[in-house]
Amino acid sequence: MMFAAVLVALLVTMLLTLVRALLGPTLFDRLLAINSIGTKTVLLISVHGFYTGRPEFLDIALAYALINFIGTIAVLKLFEVDDLGSGSYQEDDY
Amino acid sequence: MVESIINLICLPLLAVACLFIVGGAVGLLRLPDFYTRLHATSVTDTGGAIFVSIALFIQAVFVYGDVMITIKVVLILFFTLFTAPTASHALAKTALLSGHVPLGADGKPLLATRGEAARLARSRPVSDDDPQLGVDGSIQDGDGGEQR
Repeated sequence: MMFAAVLVALLVTMLLTLVRALLGPTLFDRLLAINSIGTKTVLLISVHGFYTGRPEFLDIALAYALINFIGTIAVLKLFEVDDLGSGSYQEDDY
Repeated sequence: MVESIINLICLPLLAVACLFIVGGAVGLLRLPDFYTRLHATSVTDTGGAIFVSIALFIQAVFVYGDVMITIKVVLILFFTLFTAPTASHALAKTALLSGHVPLGADGKPLLATRGEAARLARSRPVSDDDPQLGVDGSIQDGDGGEQR
């Protein structure tokens, strides 16, 4: 039942991170907390798969890991250049 | 018999992973400044992911004995180790670009103006007549970096 302990630790951690996302004085604190929750969700799904004896859940965790990264980068670009489709990000050599 | 030995090996790995994960969250909640919180989160993203993945890898190899499960665990570790630092870097750079000034050890801002922070984040030096910067070197429409 060591996996159950990890699941509890991850859930408590996600709760603490959610508090930061709600409190976080700046936009970037919130983004950081959401990105961190995403990483912990990946671990949660993988550990839950082994906990219930169904490691097929790893497929979902794999997809979630990639979507989480793309989502964070997309939101950051949206706030930086106010447009997801513009090419000014490359032109300005940010 | 074999399974209990494997569990005995996985137990300390998962305990260390829990320590990293909870420690990172406490840091995220208690540290004073965005950049220090970024540092605390990286502990969770790398330390926690590595130790959990090693434990799951051992389980996948010796308990389940499935090649595909093993490959997927390694892939999750691989992607996490690549994407977490990249996302942290992008977050820090965007925060600097929008004029979010880091705090020093004494709790005072390290840089004088928000424009100075934005200039630091650029890959190449910018001139003072950059349209994004105001006359006094401050950002005109910098959203997100609320001054505290």
